[in-house]
Amino acid sequence: MYPELGQLSLILALMLAVLLSVVPLVGSLTGRDNLQAFARPLTTGMFVFVGLAFAVLTHAFLTDDFSVAYVANNSNSMLPWYYKFSAVWGGHEGSLLLWILMLTGWTMAVAIFSRRLPAVMISQVLSVLGMVSVGFMLFIVMTSNPFDRLLPNVPADGADLNPLLQDFGLIVHPPMLYMGYVGFAVAFAFAIAALINGRLDAAWARWSRPWTTVAWAFLSVGIALGSWWAYYELGWGGWWFWDPVENASLLPWLAGTALMHSLAVTEKRGVFKSWTVLLAIVTFSLSLLGAFLVRSGVLTSVHAFASDPERGKFLLALLALTVLASLMLYAFRAPVVHVRSRYGSLSREIFLLLNNVLLVSATLLVAVGTLYPLVLDFFELGKISIGEPFFNLTFSPLAIATGLLLGAGTFSRWKKTDGGWLARKLLWPLAVSILLSTAVMVIYGGFKPWAFLGVFTAAWVTVTTFWDLWDKSSSKKGRVHGLKRQSRSYYGMVLGHLGLALTMAGATVVSNYGIERDVRMVPGDVAEVGDYQFRFVDIGERRGRNFTAQYGTFEVLRDGKHVAELHPEKRQYAVGMSVMTEADIDAGLFRDIFVAVGERISDNAWAIRLQYKPLIRWLWLGALFMAAGGFLAISDRRYRIRDRATEGSKSSPQPSSTQTDPRSTAGAVS
Amino acid sequence: MHPIRKKRLTVVLFLLAGLSIAVGLTTYALRQNINLFYDPSQISAGEAPVDVRIRAGGMVQEGSVLRDPDTLKVEFLVTDYSASVPIEYVGILPDLFAEGQGIVAMGRLNSEGRFVADQVLAKHDENYMPPEVAGALEKASSAEGKPMPVNAKPATY
Repeated sequence: MYPELGQLSLILALMLAVLLSVVPLVGSLTGRDNLQAFARPLTTGMFVFVGLAFAVLTHAFLTDDFSVAYVANNSNSMLPWYYKFSAVWGGHEGSLLLWILMLTGWTMAVAIFSRRLPAVMISQVLSVLGMVSVGFMLFIVMTSNPFDRLLPNVPADGADLNPLLQDFGLIVHPPMLYMGYVGFAVAFAFAIAALINGRLDAAWARWSRPWTTVAWAFLSVGIALGSWWAYYELGWGGWWFWDPVENASLLPWLAGTALMHSLAVTEKRGVFKSWTVLLAIVTFSLSLLGAFLVRSGVLTSVHAFASDPERGKFLLALLALTVLASLMLYAFRAPVVHVRSRYGSLSREIFLLLNNVLLVSATLLVAVGTLYPLVLDFFELGKISIGEPFFNLTFSPLAIATGLLLGAGTFSRWKKTDGGWLARKLLWPLAVSILLSTAVMVIYGGFKPWAFLGVFTAAWVTVTTFWDLWDKSSSKKGRVHGLKRQSRSYYGMVLGHLGLALTMAGATVVSNYGIERDVRMVPGDVAEVGDYQFRFVDIGERRGRNFTAQYGTFEVLRDGKHVAELHPEKRQYAVGMSVMTEADIDAGLFRDIFVAVGERISDNAWAIRLQYKPLIRWLWLGALFMAAGGFLAISDRRYRIRDRATEGSKSSPQPSSTQTDPRSTAGAVS
Repeated sequence: MHPIRKKRLTVVLFLLAGLSIAVGLTTYALRQNINLFYDPSQISAGEAPVDVRIRAGGMVQEGSVLRDPDTLKVEFLVTDYSASVPIEYVGILPDLFAEGQGIVAMGRLNSEGRFVADQVLAKHDENYMPPEVAGALEKASSAEGKPMPVNAKPATY
């Protein structure tokens, strides 16, 4: 009975979404307030019914209702409750439902937190979000119903959740990632609404900025969690594989990063408007592209869902419709740029423009590497793959250039920056960064050009960021007063940039100075990895809740001193007879020690992977810093102030924004 | 030159420079890093280039896995049920590597017609087959007009 209720609520939610995408929009275009007034109730109804459907599916999982096909395929009565819960999004149908739940959740949040926005704007934003919801709800109702029944032959037990997914990672990674993906729909909706009513100004930028930042912060955490999960669970110690699906999440992240920065310029200086709108459209389209790549079965990937081609066609159509419709709208409505020159050729605007050029180049690059094989295959021009070296070779220079630019741009001023002054300003940070990165080279024993560049860039970003903080916080009333005076959005930026530096440092050091050895070992053997000795003590059996495991014991020593005892496992799951490798890791802020058991070679000999991973934690720590920066920035009081553009930026605490030219908010919209 | 034009020109030049660097890097890197896929029939027919990094894939033939007891060396045959190719690999195989499973290997074909792999990929889902492998099996079976092996149907995705 319940599952049918779930399906019914989904269909009701779909109908409400259809109404939401039409009624308030029509109301806003014809100026009828009574129609616009439907926007919030319809949003609430849509959210509630999707929530109900999600609750029903969760209930089916927790009560082992194997008459529901999706539950029977993705769960088992032996699973602990928390994996039954996360198994809700362990397959295609349920994860799509989670996606929709989040989409309607974001829509709900917009309805709640945008009470100060003009009614026309909010009606149109909610309508556009309604349209996006219609697309995904049609998709789930038509092709991927999670409530399909297996009647009358109800299986006695479920086929089990894939052992790879029986992990903490599944509980946190997809929800975070989807929050990010779907969150860009809000930025998209704001952009489309602004195009529809021609109100493309600094106020619009300020409204959509916090939403973009939050979505981006979630996506950063989601990607980092995925990388961390892959590292300990399936990657044999790798943390990024340039796998097409990883790239699919990196694409909106890169575009979203560019969008955040160009929104900053549009808000503060009223320029780059058309570009910002275009970026908002592109970012969300890339989120849709990601959904298509993962769910259409076109990819060879650990993420690929076993799915049918109908789904791919539907998503491709949805993607094409979104892109075409928004670009058409953009072509007709985007402001004709006749902005008077208000910034010099060396100014913060130019630095941020270059930031966008680099980030968009990186996006294009990753897109080419990811899509090129698919396109060739589609036209039957051969099956190729593009390997990691391509991405490493092309992405790294762009990342380094972005970091170098960031450091210099930190000191730049809006409108005009004196070149000589900037050069002198950068001299000391340059010296300190060179010193720091040389020290790192010495510590890790050995100069490598790429490693030096990467570490130097990370140091450069860190030093300039702190230097700028020091400059800005100088005050006659003392340092503490000066530090307190800085706005939260400024501290958000500081955290975000430090996060980038941490990630860069981690990625560079672990890629260049990490050690990986595959060895054949019998109990009693000792193998050396860098300064560490690994002693294979023994290997025995252990029974888990729904698996039996070969349970190894390793002692890790350094200079004869005990460092850690590690217990990697090889698990055999009872249902489906699948085998899983569980690595064991001694984690630390400065290095990880990693042991994984491969296959049995002979009676007592095993293939063993031993690794030393310096600074790997910094990678994910950096992403957490970035996300924390994002959340800090949106708590800035600027976003809580009433929404009239000029007033808002005048009362803004940042000195730079008081320079906002009143003309910048007035004109430039055709 | 008029300062506004000059500034626009700088912007455009910056954009062009960025774009051309990106395009240059991309094409350069692409040329070096494209790995073509060959199925066992193509390799045994000599269509695959020797000593070029390529990918090969198919099903691991039953009873063909030979393991060196003293090192991490493994040898096995990969088949599309009309031809098979010997593959050598030194290292740890993925958990789902098993006889009768679909795999994709990266590596080089040596002059003796053996494929020396530096990477072997098997996918995490036992129902999921790499599209390349499914395609290769389909091609091989339709070429010989015989029905496909039951466990090798490509309709798994």
